[in-house]
Amino acid sequence: MQNPYLPYPVRIDEIVVETEDKNLKTFKLVFLNKEDEEKFNYKAGQFAELSIAGKGEIPIGIASSPVEKGFLKFTVNKAGVVTTHLHSMKVGDIMGVRGPLGNWYPWEMLEGKNILIVGGGFAFTTLRSSIVYMLDPDNRPRFGNIDVVYGARTPGMLLYKDELIEWEKRDDINVHITVDATDDPDWKYNVGFVPPITEQKAPQGDENTYAIVCGPPIMIKFTQPVLEKLGYDHEHIIMSLENRMKCGIGMCGRCGIGKELVCKDGPVFTLADINRTPREY
Amino acid sequence: MKVINIDQKKWTKGIETLGGTYKLIGPVAEKDFHTFKTLGQGQLPDLSFTNTRLSPKDVVFPQSEDMFVYTLDPTEEDCNILKEAPKDYSPRVILGIRPCDARAVQLVKLNFDTEQYKDPYWLRLFEATTFVGLACDEPCATCFCTSTGCGPYGEEGLDILLAKDGDGLRAKVLTSKGQELADAAGWTDTADDGGAFDKARQAAEARIVSKVKTDRLGELDTLALHGADFWEDVSFACINCGTCTYLCPTCWCFDIQDEVHGKKGKRMRNWDSCMFPIFTVHTTGHNPRGTKLQRVRQRFMHKLKYFLDKYDQGIMCVGCGRCVQQCPVNIDIRRVCDLMNSYSSENACAVQG
Repeated sequence: MQNPYLPYPVRIDEIVVETEDKNLKTFKLVFLNKEDEEKFNYKAGQFAELSIAGKGEIPIGIASSPVEKGFLKFTVNKAGVVTTHLHSMKVGDIMGVRGPLGNWYPWEMLEGKNILIVGGGFAFTTLRSSIVYMLDPDNRPRFGNIDVVYGARTPGMLLYKDELIEWEKRDDINVHITVDATDDPDWKYNVGFVPPITEQKAPQGDENTYAIVCGPPIMIKFTQPVLEKLGYDHEHIIMSLENRMKCGIGMCGRCGIGKELVCKDGPVFTLADINRTPREY
Repeated sequence: MKVINIDQKKWTKGIETLGGTYKLIGPVAEKDFHTFKTLGQGQLPDLSFTNTRLSPKDVVFPQSEDMFVYTLDPTEEDCNILKEAPKDYSPRVILGIRPCDARAVQLVKLNFDTEQYKDPYWLRLFEATTFVGLACDEPCATCFCTSTGCGPYGEEGLDILLAKDGDGLRAKVLTSKGQELADAAGWTDTADDGGAFDKARQAAEARIVSKVKTDRLGELDTLALHGADFWEDVSFACINCGTCTYLCPTCWCFDIQDEVHGKKGKRMRNWDSCMFPIFTVHTTGHNPRGTKLQRVRQRFMHKLKYFLDKYDQGIMCVGCGRCVQQCPVNIDIRRVCDLMNSYSSENACAVQG
């Protein structure tokens, strides 16, 4: 019997400090056993449990993309016991990864559609995975227009800056970078919160357009009415939820929102799905 | 109906024989109560109990269980790599489990044995266990098993059902696993009981006087029930002690924790409870079920609505009555079930015309 609680052993191959407050680091992980990498067959939007012997596990969205081979990437905010320990670890250290877990953004349904991505702060990880996936030369023709609105508090708090700047220059994706505020006179992108920038820049909603939204609760709260105003149906607004998790496979009982379990039935839900739950997240 | 008659001598002899092949678990008297324990050599299960205070769910789902072991010693090659914890999955038999508790195992199985994932710890213990039930001829005042798809002679989840017959026992073999055990014990004295077993069942069922209605739970709207006005009243006295979830044969929620002693560590799982605020608190401090009302509502909604909607196998309650008896503030699931089942908001009334 395969044990779904057993993590695959991995080695930390690279650590990148992402933000000016140094509270977010991206860990590039390489499987110790090649066959484990083949078993870890994931789609953009899924998560995994990062395992540290002696500390525990944490559920983290996969920031690397299925089209990037040979490694996994996770961007982790330093917050609790496991993440704080992870932030003290070094390249070459051994840890574990369990997954892939949960569902993913509905890529088959999204084929041929226009995609609006709205992200805020450090909830941009699986959105990065999705953008890299869609921009892959094999995949790009399978989608219509791609718009991205991504914001952080300051320029120094934006994740994946090099990639953002590169995407911003491309003509097959419209990237709208914004910050809440900046005193940088050379800042050439937007200034303002994500919801109003979305209102200004995002395409109108229609039956061929879907929005994928990830961000802090306050951003979600004020983005929803904007998207409604732009004509996005609740069936067309796709979100990724978070809840406290342990098992990640629908057994331990804590992440339930009604009969749905965020870890197994989610984390990806349409807003219409979420409206049918007691919203205990 | 064909039954096996087991007199006292054959019972004693059979238990002794089974001790050679099976680990024996049965009810034993402990101070004022009975509890399920591993029986020592020559020890007989004490069948003179109504029901145990704790359910025997720990036979397949231990309260605390090692999952993995590892070393944190950097001089060792497998440092930081998790290995399966050594386990004993040798055959075992639980003797005298009540039909309600056996059915509870079947309900919990729906959670641990899914199409996508199999919980190896729970399933291996489940497969290693033979369930020998004991029918209830003298139920408690708080038993309401006949309302929950079970009954004092319920057979679901059992390999053998025993019923008392004077000083001896009658056994109804229900599965091949049960037949194997009966053969091993030398319980082979098959006879026609002339309908006595069924008669005893009917009499026992008639003694269950506590009833609840569950017929409307499925059709009621989840969000309407969630927003119902009675939760404040239901949860008012609750002290969030978690006794109900601890005793409940169908509560399975668990936590996973790492524990380190020197350079050796293990990952283990422990029973957890939706009654505790820490169960759902996020690292940010945000808690989706931060209030007592939310947690009490979660417990009852999970048992009586979400589970029903998810699996269509009835409610997640077998009517054992333990939580009713042991709740320190007298919260009664039967009353809550009735409140839910008879709920109609003003809108719901209008819809029903």
